[in-house]
Amino acid sequence: MTASPSGRPTSITITLRVNGAERKLTIPPWTTLLDALRERLNLTGTKKGCDHGQCGACTVLIEGRRVNSCLTLAVMKDGAKITTIEGLATREALHPLQQAFIDHDAFQCGYCTPGQICSAAGLIAEGKAKTAEEIRELMSGNVCRCGAYPNIVAAIQQAMGAMGGEP
Amino acid sequence: MINFEYTKATSVADAVRQVAADPNAKFIAGGTNLIDLMKYNVSHPARLIDITQLPLKTVEETADGGVRIGALVPNSDLAYHPLIEKRYPIVSSAILAGASQQLRNMASTGGNLVQRTRCFYFYDATTPCNKREPGSGCSAREGINRINAILGTSESCIATHPSDMCVALAALEAKVRVVGPDGERIIAFADFHRLPGNTPQIDTNLKHDEIIVAIELPPKGFAANHSYLKIRDRLSYAFALVSVAAALEFDGGRIKEARLALGGVAHKPWRDPQAEAALRGQAPGRDTFAKAADVLLKDAKGFGHKDFKIDLARRAVVRTLTQAANGTPQIQSQKKIR
Repeated sequence: MTASPSGRPTSITITLRVNGAERKLTIPPWTTLLDALRERLNLTGTKKGCDHGQCGACTVLIEGRRVNSCLTLAVMKDGAKITTIEGLATREALHPLQQAFIDHDAFQCGYCTPGQICSAAGLIAEGKAKTAEEIRELMSGNVCRCGAYPNIVAAIQQAMGAMGGEP
Repeated sequence: MINFEYTKATSVADAVRQVAADPNAKFIAGGTNLIDLMKYNVSHPARLIDITQLPLKTVEETADGGVRIGALVPNSDLAYHPLIEKRYPIVSSAILAGASQQLRNMASTGGNLVQRTRCFYFYDATTPCNKREPGSGCSAREGINRINAILGTSESCIATHPSDMCVALAALEAKVRVVGPDGERIIAFADFHRLPGNTPQIDTNLKHDEIIVAIELPPKGFAANHSYLKIRDRLSYAFALVSVAAALEFDGGRIKEARLALGGVAHKPWRDPQAEAALRGQAPGRDTFAKAADVLLKDAKGFGHKDFKIDLARRAVVRTLTQAANGTPQIQSQKKIR
Protein backbone atom coordinates (compact mmCIF):
# COMPACT_ATOMS: atom_id res chain seq x y z
CA MET A 1 0.00 0.00 0.00
CA THR A 2 2.83 2.40 0.67
CA ALA A 3 5.12 1.11 -2.06
CA SER A 4 5.75 3.18 -5.17
CA PRO A 5 5.78 1.66 -8.68
CA SER A 6 9.52 1.08 -8.27
CA GLY A 7 8.85 -0.86 -5.07
CA ARG A 8 10.50 1.68 -2.83
CA PRO A 9 8.57 2.79 0.25
CA THR A 10 7.43 6.32 -0.25
CA SER A 11 5.63 7.52 2.84
CA ILE A 12 6.65 11.01 3.77
CA THR A 13 6.42 12.81 7.10
CA ILE A 14 5.01 16.30 6.99
CA THR A 15 3.67 18.88 9.41
CA LEU A 16 0.45 20.75 8.76
CA ARG A 17 -0.62 23.73 10.87
CA VAL A 18 -4.32 22.93 10.99
CA ASN A 19 -6.60 25.43 12.71
CA GLY A 20 -3.72 26.69 14.83
CA ALA A 21 -2.38 23.28 15.91
CA GLU A 22 0.74 21.59 14.55
CA ARG A 23 -0.18 18.14 13.23
CA LYS A 24 2.58 15.77 12.19
CA LEU A 25 1.66 12.89 9.93
CA THR A 26 3.33 10.25 7.79
CA ILE A 27 1.47 9.62 4.56
CA PRO A 28 1.92 8.20 1.07
CA PRO A 29 2.35 11.00 -1.51
CA TRP A 30 -0.93 10.18 -3.24
CA THR A 31 -2.92 11.22 -0.16
CA THR A 32 -4.98 14.29 -0.94
CA LEU A 33 -5.23 17.05 1.63
CA LEU A 34 -8.94 16.20 1.85
CA ASP A 35 -8.24 12.57 2.77
CA ALA A 36 -5.47 13.60 5.18
CA LEU A 37 -7.88 15.94 6.98
CA ARG A 38 -10.79 13.52 7.09
CA GLU A 39 -9.15 10.11 7.44
CA ARG A 40 -5.96 10.90 9.32
CA LEU A 41 -6.79 13.97 11.40
CA ASN A 42 -10.47 13.11 11.91
CA LEU A 43 -11.54 16.55 10.78
CA THR A 44 -14.65 15.44 8.94
CA GLY A 45 -16.20 18.90 8.64
CA THR A 46 -14.57 19.25 5.24
CA LYS A 47 -16.72 17.22 2.86
CA LYS A 48 -15.94 14.94 -0.05
CA GLY A 49 -18.48 15.64 -2.76
CA CYS A 50 -17.31 14.94 -6.31
CA ASP A 51 -13.61 14.45 -5.43
CA HIS A 52 -12.78 16.05 -8.82
CA GLY A 53 -12.75 19.80 -8.18
CA GLN A 54 -16.21 20.35 -9.62
CA CYS A 55 -18.41 20.89 -6.55
CA GLY A 56 -16.40 22.88 -3.98
CA ALA A 57 -17.58 20.84 -0.95
CA CYS A 58 -13.92 20.21 -0.02
CA THR A 59 -12.95 23.90 0.02
CA VAL A 60 -10.45 24.85 2.73
CA LEU A 61 -8.14 27.82 3.20
CA ILE A 62 -4.40 27.36 2.72
CA GLU A 63 -2.48 30.40 3.97
CA GLY A 64 -5.83 32.20 3.81
CA ARG A 65 -6.56 31.32 0.18
CA ARG A 66 -9.45 29.06 -0.77
CA VAL A 67 -8.57 25.88 -2.65
CA ASN A 68 -10.10 22.50 -3.47
CA SER A 69 -8.50 20.10 -0.98
CA CYS A 70 -9.50 17.11 -3.14
CA LEU A 71 -7.04 18.18 -5.85
CA THR A 72 -4.25 19.07 -3.44
CA LEU A 73 -1.55 16.59 -2.47
CA ALA A 74 -0.95 16.88 1.27
CA VAL A 75 2.82 16.29 0.86
CA MET A 76 3.03 19.45 -1.24
CA LYS A 77 1.72 21.52 1.68
CA ASP A 78 4.34 20.60 4.29
CA GLY A 79 4.46 23.43 6.84
CA ALA A 80 1.40 25.21 5.47
CA LYS A 81 -1.30 26.88 7.53
CA ILE A 82 -4.63 25.18 6.84
CA THR A 83 -8.00 26.49 8.01
CA THR A 84 -11.04 24.22 7.86
CA ILE A 85 -14.62 24.79 8.92
CA GLU A 86 -13.67 23.52 12.40
CA GLY A 87 -11.22 26.41 12.77
CA LEU A 88 -13.47 29.36 12.03
CA ALA A 89 -15.44 29.80 15.25
CA THR A 90 -13.88 30.87 18.53
CA ARG A 91 -14.75 29.20 21.81
CA GLU A 92 -17.14 32.08 22.52
CA ALA A 93 -18.78 32.82 19.20
CA LEU A 94 -19.58 31.50 15.77
CA HIS A 95 -17.73 33.01 12.85
CA PRO A 96 -19.83 35.84 11.30
CA LEU A 97 -20.34 33.67 8.21
CA GLN A 98 -21.61 30.75 10.28
CA GLN A 99 -24.03 33.06 12.08
CA ALA A 100 -25.15 34.60 8.79
CA PHE A 101 -25.80 31.18 7.22
CA ILE A 102 -28.06 30.38 10.20
CA ASP A 103 -29.77 33.78 10.10
CA HIS A 104 -30.54 33.45 6.39
CA ASP A 105 -31.36 29.72 6.34
CA ALA A 106 -28.62 29.37 3.74
CA PHE A 107 -28.72 25.57 3.55
CA GLN A 108 -31.04 22.61 3.54
CA CYS A 109 -29.11 19.35 3.74
CA GLY A 110 -25.93 21.14 4.80
CA TYR A 111 -23.48 18.95 2.91
CA CYS A 112 -22.06 21.79 0.82
CA THR A 113 -22.14 24.26 3.72
CA PRO A 114 -18.60 23.85 5.14
CA GLY A 115 -17.23 24.37 1.64
CA GLN A 116 -19.56 27.31 1.01
CA ILE A 117 -18.49 28.99 4.26
CA CYS A 118 -14.76 28.42 3.76
CA SER A 119 -15.10 29.64 0.18
CA ALA A 120 -16.98 32.73 1.34
CA ALA A 121 -14.26 33.43 3.91
CA GLY A 122 -11.72 33.30 1.08
CA LEU A 123 -13.92 35.51 -1.07
CA ILE A 124 -14.22 38.17 1.64
CA ALA A 125 -10.44 38.12 2.17
CA GLU A 126 -9.88 38.57 -1.58
CA GLY A 127 -12.01 41.72 -1.59
CA LYS A 128 -13.00 41.39 -5.25
CA ALA A 129 -16.73 40.86 -4.83
CA LYS A 130 -18.90 43.85 -3.88
CA THR A 131 -22.24 43.30 -5.61
CA ALA A 132 -24.57 40.30 -5.44
CA GLU A 133 -23.69 39.60 -9.08
CA GLU A 134 -19.99 39.49 -8.25
CA ILE A 135 -20.60 37.27 -5.22
CA ARG A 136 -22.55 34.84 -7.40
CA GLU A 137 -19.78 34.67 -10.00
CA LEU A 138 -16.95 34.31 -7.50
CA MET A 139 -18.88 31.68 -5.51
CA SER A 140 -19.62 29.64 -8.66
CA GLY A 141 -17.08 27.01 -7.63
CA ASN A 142 -19.43 25.90 -4.84
CA VAL A 143 -22.41 23.94 -6.00
CA CYS A 144 -25.50 23.55 -3.77
CA ARG A 145 -27.68 20.62 -4.80
CA CYS A 146 -30.56 21.92 -2.64
CA GLY A 147 -30.47 25.24 -4.46
CA ALA A 148 -30.06 27.54 -1.47
CA TYR A 149 -28.19 30.06 -3.60
CA PRO A 150 -30.26 33.21 -2.96
CA ASN A 151 -29.92 32.70 0.80
CA ILE A 152 -26.22 31.95 0.51
CA VAL A 153 -25.68 35.25 -1.31
CA ALA A 154 -27.73 37.08 1.34
CA ALA A 155 -25.73 35.43 4.12
CA ILE A 156 -22.43 36.41 2.54
CA GLN A 157 -23.63 39.99 2.11
CA GLN A 158 -24.56 40.13 5.80
CA ALA A 159 -21.22 38.67 6.89
CA MET A 160 -19.33 41.04 4.62
CA GLY A 161 -21.02 43.97 6.32
CA ALA A 162 -20.46 42.52 9.79
CA MET A 163 -16.81 41.83 9.06
CA GLY A 164 -16.11 45.17 7.39
CA GLY A 165 -14.21 43.33 4.68
CA GLU A 166 -11.87 41.70 7.18
CA PRO A 167 -11.46 37.92 7.01
CA MET B 1 -5.70 7.21 -7.03
CA ILE B 2 -2.68 5.53 -8.59
CA ASN B 3 0.55 5.19 -6.63
CA PHE B 4 3.63 7.18 -7.56
CA GLU B 5 6.96 8.40 -6.27
CA TYR B 6 7.28 12.01 -5.20
CA THR B 7 10.34 14.22 -5.43
CA LYS B 8 10.98 17.94 -5.24
CA ALA B 9 12.95 19.98 -7.74
CA THR B 10 15.38 22.39 -6.12
CA SER B 11 16.19 24.45 -9.23
CA VAL B 12 15.12 24.67 -12.87
CA ALA B 13 18.26 22.73 -13.85
CA ASP B 14 17.44 20.08 -11.25
CA ALA B 15 13.86 19.83 -12.56
CA VAL B 16 15.11 19.28 -16.11
CA ARG B 17 17.67 16.74 -14.91
CA GLN B 18 15.05 14.78 -12.98
CA VAL B 19 12.46 14.71 -15.76
CA ALA B 20 15.03 13.88 -18.46
CA ALA B 21 16.17 10.87 -16.41
CA ASP B 22 12.69 9.36 -16.13
CA PRO B 23 10.38 8.95 -19.15
CA ASN B 24 7.48 8.19 -16.77
CA ALA B 25 7.89 11.32 -14.64
CA LYS B 26 5.72 14.40 -14.77
CA PHE B 27 5.99 17.83 -13.23
CA ILE B 28 3.34 18.92 -10.77
CA ALA B 29 2.54 22.53 -9.85
CA GLY B 30 -1.13 23.41 -9.20
CA GLY B 31 -2.17 19.85 -9.94
CA THR B 32 -5.76 20.85 -10.73
CA ASN B 33 -5.87 18.89 -13.98
CA LEU B 34 -3.16 16.28 -13.40
CA ILE B 35 -4.52 14.96 -10.07
CA ASP B 36 -7.96 14.74 -11.64
CA LEU B 37 -6.60 12.77 -14.60
CA MET B 38 -4.75 10.46 -12.23
CA LYS B 39 -7.95 9.81 -10.28
CA TYR B 40 -9.65 8.85 -13.55
CA ASN B 41 -6.72 6.60 -14.47
CA VAL B 42 -6.18 8.63 -17.63
CA SER B 43 -2.71 9.79 -16.62
CA HIS B 44 -0.40 7.45 -14.73
CA PRO B 45 3.01 8.95 -14.07
CA ALA B 46 5.33 6.75 -12.01
CA ARG B 47 6.85 9.82 -10.44
CA LEU B 48 5.73 13.37 -9.76
CA ILE B 49 8.35 16.08 -9.59
CA ASP B 50 7.09 18.97 -7.45
CA ILE B 51 8.27 22.22 -9.04
CA THR B 52 6.42 24.59 -6.72
CA GLN B 53 9.59 25.62 -4.88
CA LEU B 54 11.19 27.04 -8.05
CA PRO B 55 11.61 30.83 -8.28
CA LEU B 56 9.16 31.34 -11.14
CA LYS B 57 6.53 33.36 -9.30
CA THR B 58 6.96 36.97 -10.42
CA VAL B 59 5.30 39.21 -12.98
CA GLU B 60 7.70 41.86 -14.23
CA GLU B 61 8.19 44.34 -17.04
CA THR B 62 10.84 43.46 -19.59
CA ALA B 63 13.39 45.72 -21.29
CA ASP B 64 11.47 45.63 -24.59
CA GLY B 65 8.34 47.06 -22.93
CA GLY B 66 6.56 43.75 -22.53
CA VAL B 67 5.78 41.70 -19.42
CA ARG B 68 7.28 38.41 -18.30
CA ILE B 69 5.06 36.09 -16.28
CA GLY B 70 6.72 33.36 -14.22
CA ALA B 71 5.34 29.91 -15.00
CA LEU B 72 4.30 29.36 -11.37
CA VAL B 73 2.24 32.54 -10.95
CA PRO B 74 -1.24 31.34 -9.92
CA ASN B 75 -4.02 32.12 -12.39
CA SER B 76 -5.87 34.27 -9.84
CA ASP B 77 -2.79 36.35 -8.99
CA LEU B 78 -2.17 36.91 -12.68
CA ALA B 79 -5.75 37.96 -13.38
CA TYR B 80 -5.65 40.54 -10.58
CA HIS B 81 -2.08 41.73 -11.12
CA PRO B 82 -2.08 45.53 -11.62
CA LEU B 83 0.18 45.34 -14.69
CA ILE B 84 -2.04 42.76 -16.34
CA GLU B 85 -5.31 44.49 -15.39
CA LYS B 86 -4.07 47.79 -16.77
CA ARG B 87 -2.05 46.82 -19.84
CA TYR B 88 -3.44 43.39 -20.82
CA PRO B 89 -7.04 43.40 -19.55
CA ILE B 90 -8.01 40.73 -22.09
CA VAL B 91 -5.75 38.30 -20.23
CA SER B 92 -7.40 39.12 -16.89
CA SER B 93 -10.84 38.76 -18.42
CA ALA B 94 -10.10 35.43 -20.10
CA ILE B 95 -8.65 33.97 -16.89
CA LEU B 96 -11.67 35.08 -14.86
CA ALA B 97 -13.96 33.45 -17.43
CA GLY B 98 -12.47 30.05 -16.64
CA ALA B 99 -12.72 27.57 -13.76
CA SER B 100 -13.58 28.73 -10.22
CA GLN B 101 -11.71 31.00 -7.85
CA GLN B 102 -10.52 27.95 -5.86
CA LEU B 103 -9.05 26.38 -8.98
CA ARG B 104 -7.58 29.68 -10.17
CA ASN B 105 -5.88 30.04 -6.76
CA MET B 106 -4.18 26.68 -7.33
CA ALA B 107 -3.58 26.52 -11.08
CA SER B 108 -0.29 27.85 -12.44
CA THR B 109 0.25 29.90 -15.58
CA GLY B 110 2.49 27.25 -17.15
CA GLY B 111 0.12 24.47 -16.17
CA ASN B 112 -2.78 26.26 -17.83
CA LEU B 113 -1.00 25.83 -21.18
CA VAL B 114 -0.45 22.10 -20.78
CA GLN B 115 -3.86 21.19 -19.35
CA ARG B 116 -5.53 18.48 -21.37
CA THR B 117 -8.80 18.35 -23.26
CA ARG B 118 -12.10 17.86 -21.40
CA CYS B 119 -13.52 15.64 -24.18
CA PHE B 120 -15.88 13.24 -22.36
CA TYR B 121 -14.36 10.20 -24.06
CA PHE B 122 -10.79 11.17 -23.22
CA TYR B 123 -11.86 11.13 -19.56
CA ASP B 124 -13.78 7.86 -19.81
CA ALA B 125 -11.12 5.15 -19.74
CA THR B 126 -13.69 2.51 -20.77
CA THR B 127 -14.15 4.00 -24.26
CA PRO B 128 -11.80 4.14 -27.26
CA CYS B 129 -9.84 7.41 -27.54
CA ASN B 130 -6.85 8.02 -29.78
CA LYS B 131 -5.56 10.76 -27.52
CA ARG B 132 -5.59 8.56 -24.43
CA GLU B 133 -4.73 5.31 -26.19
CA PRO B 134 -3.28 5.87 -29.69
CA GLY B 135 -4.85 3.65 -32.32
CA SER B 136 -7.94 2.73 -30.29
CA GLY B 137 -10.30 4.98 -32.25
CA CYS B 138 -12.29 8.16 -31.62
CA SER B 139 -15.57 7.79 -29.74
CA ALA B 140 -16.42 11.48 -30.04
CA ARG B 141 -16.82 11.62 -33.83
CA GLU B 142 -20.09 9.67 -33.64
CA GLY B 143 -20.77 10.40 -29.97
CA ILE B 144 -21.91 13.26 -27.78
CA ASN B 145 -19.63 15.93 -29.14
CA ARG B 146 -21.15 19.35 -28.54
CA ILE B 147 -18.05 20.42 -26.61
CA ASN B 148 -15.74 19.18 -29.36
CA ALA B 149 -13.95 20.85 -32.24
CA ILE B 150 -15.31 22.24 -35.51
CA LEU B 151 -11.99 23.43 -36.95
CA GLY B 152 -8.66 21.72 -37.56
CA THR B 153 -10.03 18.28 -36.71
CA SER B 154 -8.60 15.01 -38.02
CA GLU B 155 -9.93 11.51 -38.59
CA SER B 156 -8.36 10.48 -35.28
CA CYS B 157 -9.40 13.33 -32.96
CA ILE B 158 -11.92 16.14 -32.58
CA ALA B 159 -10.86 17.29 -29.09
CA THR B 160 -10.52 20.94 -28.11
CA HIS B 161 -7.99 22.73 -25.96
CA PRO B 162 -10.04 23.87 -22.96
CA SER B 163 -8.13 26.95 -21.78
CA ASP B 164 -9.60 30.45 -21.79
CA MET B 165 -6.33 32.19 -20.90
CA CYS B 166 -4.59 30.62 -23.89
CA VAL B 167 -7.12 32.15 -26.30
CA ALA B 168 -6.17 35.62 -25.06
CA LEU B 169 -2.45 34.76 -25.12
CA ALA B 170 -2.80 33.56 -28.71
CA ALA B 171 -4.50 36.82 -29.69
CA LEU B 172 -1.70 38.83 -28.06
CA GLU B 173 1.01 36.68 -29.71
CA ALA B 174 2.64 35.77 -26.41
CA LYS B 175 5.82 33.72 -26.31
CA VAL B 176 6.55 30.66 -24.22
CA ARG B 177 10.02 30.44 -22.70
CA VAL B 178 11.12 26.88 -21.98
CA VAL B 179 14.28 25.27 -20.60
CA GLY B 180 15.61 21.85 -21.58
CA PRO B 181 18.89 19.95 -21.30
CA ASP B 182 20.36 22.09 -24.10
CA GLY B 183 19.33 25.40 -22.58
CA GLU B 184 16.51 27.86 -23.21
CA ARG B 185 14.33 28.29 -26.25
CA ILE B 186 11.35 30.45 -27.08
CA ILE B 187 8.21 29.05 -28.69
CA ALA B 188 5.79 31.42 -30.42
CA PHE B 189 2.32 30.91 -28.96
CA ALA B 190 0.92 29.78 -32.32
CA ASP B 191 3.54 27.02 -32.42
CA PHE B 192 3.06 25.82 -28.86
CA HIS B 193 -0.15 23.81 -29.22
CA ARG B 194 -0.61 21.37 -32.10
CA LEU B 195 -3.44 20.18 -34.28
CA PRO B 196 -4.31 16.52 -33.67
CA GLY B 197 -3.41 15.07 -37.08
CA ASN B 198 -2.63 11.39 -36.63
CA THR B 199 -0.78 11.92 -33.33
CA PRO B 200 -3.51 13.37 -31.08
CA GLN B 201 -1.75 11.99 -28.01
CA ILE B 202 0.77 14.85 -28.41
CA ASP B 203 -0.91 18.10 -27.36
CA THR B 204 1.99 20.53 -27.59
CA ASN B 205 5.49 21.00 -29.00
CA LEU B 206 6.96 21.06 -25.49
CA LYS B 207 9.30 18.07 -25.15
CA HIS B 208 9.25 15.64 -22.25
CA ASP B 209 12.56 16.97 -20.93
CA GLU B 210 11.58 20.64 -21.12
CA ILE B 211 9.97 22.89 -18.52
CA ILE B 212 8.01 26.10 -19.11
CA VAL B 213 9.67 28.89 -17.13
CA ALA B 214 7.79 31.96 -18.36
CA ILE B 215 5.17 33.43 -20.65
CA GLU B 216 6.20 36.67 -22.30
CA LEU B 217 3.72 39.27 -23.42
CA PRO B 218 4.74 41.69 -26.18
CA PRO B 219 4.46 45.45 -25.51
CA LYS B 220 1.13 45.79 -27.33
CA GLY B 221 -1.76 44.90 -25.00
CA PHE B 222 -4.77 46.35 -26.88
CA ALA B 223 -6.09 47.71 -23.57
CA ALA B 224 -8.41 50.27 -25.21
CA ASN B 225 -10.24 47.95 -27.60
CA HIS B 226 -10.57 44.34 -26.58
CA SER B 227 -13.11 41.82 -25.36
CA TYR B 228 -13.28 38.18 -24.31
CA LEU B 229 -16.71 36.61 -24.73
CA LYS B 230 -17.38 33.06 -23.59
CA ILE B 231 -20.54 31.15 -24.51
CA ARG B 232 -21.25 28.00 -22.50
CA ASP B 233 -23.99 25.66 -21.30
CA ARG B 234 -24.24 27.38 -17.91
CA LEU B 235 -23.31 30.95 -17.12
CA SER B 236 -20.37 30.27 -14.81
CA TYR B 237 -17.86 27.53 -14.13
CA ALA B 238 -18.21 25.61 -17.39
CA PHE B 239 -15.99 25.05 -20.39
CA ALA B 240 -16.66 27.05 -23.52
CA LEU B 241 -18.86 25.95 -26.36
CA VAL B 242 -17.35 28.90 -28.17
CA SER B 243 -15.21 31.74 -26.89
CA VAL B 244 -13.78 34.74 -28.72
CA ALA B 245 -10.83 36.99 -27.95
CA ALA B 246 -10.92 40.15 -30.03
CA ALA B 247 -8.37 42.98 -29.93
CA LEU B 248 -8.34 46.00 -32.19
CA GLU B 249 -6.22 49.05 -32.78
CA PHE B 250 -7.60 52.06 -34.62
CA ASP B 251 -6.09 54.78 -36.75
CA GLY B 252 -8.39 57.60 -37.81
CA GLY B 253 -11.58 55.59 -37.50
CA ARG B 254 -10.23 52.58 -39.39
CA ILE B 255 -8.91 49.33 -38.04
CA LYS B 256 -5.12 49.41 -38.10
CA GLU B 257 -4.42 46.13 -36.34
CA ALA B 258 -6.77 43.25 -35.54
CA ARG B 259 -6.44 40.06 -33.53
CA LEU B 260 -9.12 37.43 -33.44
CA ALA B 261 -8.84 34.06 -31.70
CA LEU B 262 -11.45 31.40 -30.98
CA GLY B 263 -11.59 29.00 -28.05
CA GLY B 264 -13.63 25.83 -27.63
CA VAL B 265 -13.58 25.09 -31.34
CA ALA B 266 -10.20 23.46 -32.04
CA HIS B 267 -7.25 21.52 -30.64
CA LYS B 268 -5.56 24.89 -30.13
CA PRO B 269 -6.65 28.53 -29.93
CA TRP B 270 -7.83 29.21 -33.48
CA ARG B 271 -6.56 32.14 -35.51
CA ASP B 272 -6.54 32.81 -39.23
CA PRO B 273 -4.32 35.57 -40.68
CA GLN B 274 -6.81 36.04 -43.52
CA ALA B 275 -9.64 36.83 -41.11
CA GLU B 276 -7.50 39.46 -39.42
CA ALA B 277 -6.40 40.83 -42.81
CA ALA B 278 -10.09 41.19 -43.71
CA LEU B 279 -10.45 43.60 -40.78
CA ARG B 280 -7.36 45.73 -41.36
CA GLY B 281 -7.96 49.02 -43.12
CA GLN B 282 -11.74 48.73 -42.72
CA ALA B 283 -14.15 50.88 -40.76
CA PRO B 284 -15.68 48.93 -37.86
CA GLY B 285 -19.21 47.65 -38.47
CA ARG B 286 -21.42 44.63 -38.59
CA ASP B 287 -20.75 43.78 -42.24
CA THR B 288 -17.00 44.01 -41.84
CA PHE B 289 -17.10 41.85 -38.72
CA ALA B 290 -19.39 39.28 -40.37
CA LYS B 291 -16.99 38.97 -43.30
CA ALA B 292 -14.09 38.32 -40.94
CA ALA B 293 -16.18 35.70 -39.12
CA ASP B 294 -16.98 33.97 -42.41
CA VAL B 295 -13.30 33.77 -43.28
CA LEU B 296 -12.42 32.47 -39.83
CA LEU B 297 -15.08 29.74 -40.01
CA LYS B 298 -14.89 28.87 -43.70
CA ASP B 299 -13.60 25.32 -43.09
CA ALA B 300 -15.75 24.56 -40.02
CA LYS B 301 -17.43 21.14 -39.81
CA GLY B 302 -20.27 20.42 -37.38
CA PHE B 303 -20.50 16.58 -37.16
CA GLY B 304 -24.24 16.79 -36.43
CA HIS B 305 -24.24 17.46 -32.70
CA LYS B 306 -22.33 20.68 -33.12
CA ASP B 307 -23.60 22.17 -36.33
CA PHE B 308 -25.03 24.89 -34.10
CA LYS B 309 -21.53 25.87 -33.01
CA ILE B 310 -20.67 27.23 -36.44
CA ASP B 311 -23.48 29.76 -36.39
CA LEU B 312 -22.90 30.41 -32.68
CA ALA B 313 -19.23 31.14 -33.36
CA ARG B 314 -20.07 33.44 -36.26
CA ARG B 315 -22.45 35.51 -34.12
CA ALA B 316 -20.09 35.50 -31.15
CA VAL B 317 -17.28 36.84 -33.35
CA VAL B 318 -19.45 39.72 -34.57
CA ARG B 319 -20.59 40.50 -31.02
CA THR B 320 -17.09 40.36 -29.53
CA LEU B 321 -15.61 42.55 -32.26
CA THR B 322 -18.44 45.03 -31.66
CA GLN B 323 -17.66 45.07 -27.92
CA ALA B 324 -13.97 45.59 -28.69
CA ALA B 325 -14.62 48.37 -31.20
CA ASN B 326 -16.97 50.16 -28.79
CA GLY B 327 -14.52 49.89 -25.91
CA THR B 328 -17.15 48.01 -23.89
CA PRO B 329 -15.54 44.64 -23.13
CA GLN B 330 -17.59 41.80 -21.68
CA ILE B 331 -17.37 41.80 -17.86
CA GLN B 332 -17.23 38.21 -16.63
CA SER B 333 -19.38 38.78 -13.53
CA GLN B 334 -22.11 40.40 -15.67
CA LYS B 335 -24.02 37.66 -17.38
CA LYS B 336 -25.88 39.89 -19.79
CA ILE B 337 -23.93 39.99 -23.05
CA ARG B 338 -23.08 43.60 -23.73
